[in-house]
Amino acid sequence: MEAIIIGITKSAIRLATPYLYASIGETIGQLSGVLNLGVDGVMLMGAFSAFYTVLRTGNLILGLLAAIVVGGIFGLLIAFINVTLKAEQGISGIGVYIFGLGLSSLLFRTMIGTVQAVSGFPVLFIPLLSNIPFVGEIFFQQNILVYGAFALVPISWFMLNKTPLGLSIRAVGQHPEAADSLGVNVVRIRYLSVIFGGMLSGIAGASLSIALLNVFQQNLTSGMGFIAVALVYFGAWRPLSVLTGALLFSTVNAIQIWIQVKGINIPSDFTLMLPYIVTIVVLAAMAKRYVRPPKALNKPFERGE
Amino acid sequence: MNYRNFREILMNFIPIAAFFLALLIGAIVIAILGVNPLVAYQALLKGAFGSMNAIADTVVKATPLLFVGLGICIAFRAGVLNIGGEGQLVAGALSATIVCLAFPNLPGWILIIIALSVGLLCGALWAGIAGFLKAYFNVNEILSTIMLNYIAAYGMNYLLGGPIMDPLQVQLGSFIPQTARLPRVVDLPRLIPTRLHLGTIIAIIFAILVYVLLWRTTIGFRIRMVGQNIPASRASGINVKKYMVLAFLLSGALIGLGGAIEVLGVHHRIFTDGSVTGFTGSAGFNGIVAALFGQLHPIGTIPASLLLGALLTGANKMQRVVQVPSALIGALNGLIVIFVVGSEYLRRRQTQRVERTVK
Repeated sequence: MEAIIIGITKSAIRLATPYLYASIGETIGQLSGVLNLGVDGVMLMGAFSAFYTVLRTGNLILGLLAAIVVGGIFGLLIAFINVTLKAEQGISGIGVYIFGLGLSSLLFRTMIGTVQAVSGFPVLFIPLLSNIPFVGEIFFQQNILVYGAFALVPISWFMLNKTPLGLSIRAVGQHPEAADSLGVNVVRIRYLSVIFGGMLSGIAGASLSIALLNVFQQNLTSGMGFIAVALVYFGAWRPLSVLTGALLFSTVNAIQIWIQVKGINIPSDFTLMLPYIVTIVVLAAMAKRYVRPPKALNKPFERGE
Repeated sequence: MNYRNFREILMNFIPIAAFFLALLIGAIVIAILGVNPLVAYQALLKGAFGSMNAIADTVVKATPLLFVGLGICIAFRAGVLNIGGEGQLVAGALSATIVCLAFPNLPGWILIIIALSVGLLCGALWAGIAGFLKAYFNVNEILSTIMLNYIAAYGMNYLLGGPIMDPLQVQLGSFIPQTARLPRVVDLPRLIPTRLHLGTIIAIIFAILVYVLLWRTTIGFRIRMVGQNIPASRASGINVKKYMVLAFLLSGALIGLGGAIEVLGVHHRIFTDGSVTGFTGSAGFNGIVAALFGQLHPIGTIPASLLLGALLTGANKMQRVVQVPSALIGALNGLIVIFVVGSEYLRRRQTQRVERTVK
């Protein structure tokens, strides 16, 4: 029993990683007023770039950088469509998703071809802490991207709540006109937020392809990016609550995988369904708890003349 | 023709421009892959229109896109973003298949009508879940429909992996996840000696019906009004929630019917490769592209579906001839959506300019 709990908790912590990067990136973008539904597509491109780089060079840092750069470029594209061209954000996000899905499949078919594995980021034992019984094994024997994801929670909280930049981001998402009249460059802040969000989505993808699963295949994320967007609603645009949501989902995933590995007599198709069902149930349950989204979310900024 | 009208007409060509821009980017990608883009596109064109069979295949491929596109027209016009075409196609196809397998002894045409109706109904119900959650629980419909896509796909995989697997597969021990071939009496009639089937005609009839519904009936007017302005709709006494759910039901009904027709007209069974888009071939997403490309107009969606059907059919040929993966078309479809949505800005600026001149 003890081993089971340790096993499931440990893998829950691991599996929270991609959700955390993607959801926190999306949180920042949404707080600035831009709804990006293309997260899944960006994750796929990040996962591919990281995987391909590592496959060819063997250099994990370079792979991670590739994912960040590609994620940033996609962020730039998304910002251009939504902020400059003021597109309907729901639909443009689906466009970005279809584009990312198609392009990553195309690149995979032409540049790699078959499903292969790479050796991803190794486990990094935190000195002393990793020796603590239970806790050490669960929390401090993970790879660096896992630690990074968890570190991102307080960092993003601090950035959003305690720095002038964070204040500007939230102001731009709540009252762009007021922020503009105070001299905040609305367009610039939105671009920055969305590009940063794109980079984090890129890392989220990389965490799958070069740290957790260490493979790449078509539609590797299978909708994780959309679940990440759902987590932003769940977390009510607060990093700490996003963490709770990410852990909820990763625990569901961990249990799902455990059931499969143990060969327990539940058809695997049902366990695979679980995260998606939980997403819907959670979103419906959240409805009663009334939290206001950023006021200017999904509203392009028109500067009065 | 004065200058202003000319500009307005020009605006209507934006989707065409978006299409060619996407093709141009595709050409660059093909060139990077080391293939002559002209040769590749020639293969694509030949694959889509090169022979009677090719043209028929293009139309057959376009048919589910049209059904999905029509569903999307209704939903998007009502302001609800139904991204659940994949799941609704599966719901329609699966339920129609099960009905045909369960009552193999009914007369063909009765069974066809029952199967198509059941497919339509199940598509509507599957979409209705998202509509209900949106209207009464304020659940973001984009997220719920995407989740329902995955749930439908895994549900299908489960059923095909056991309960409704072809008994022959079990007997032979090959366990390919597919159903038995449906009784031949439910095959939709072929139109000409190609793969072209009656479903295409049904799709075109429905396109006209959707047009009539949206622009010639009170219900359609209300649906469009809810999509335009919710507070104003409420003020004029429209039950907004009811119309949101209704839009989802109608949208899912069309898509579910498309799924059922895909089974009865083309595959005559349902199968899976385990992936989420294994049976639908991403028609649930490509139909969204068709609808946007057709400017969310049911009649405009007809040529738009044909064009995308041609791209998809041609891409298979292109893959065989010059080894450019057909996944390229997926990427181009994404670009088309981005360009069409992005270019709304130009249109808006144009209207603003016109308004200013009028003032």
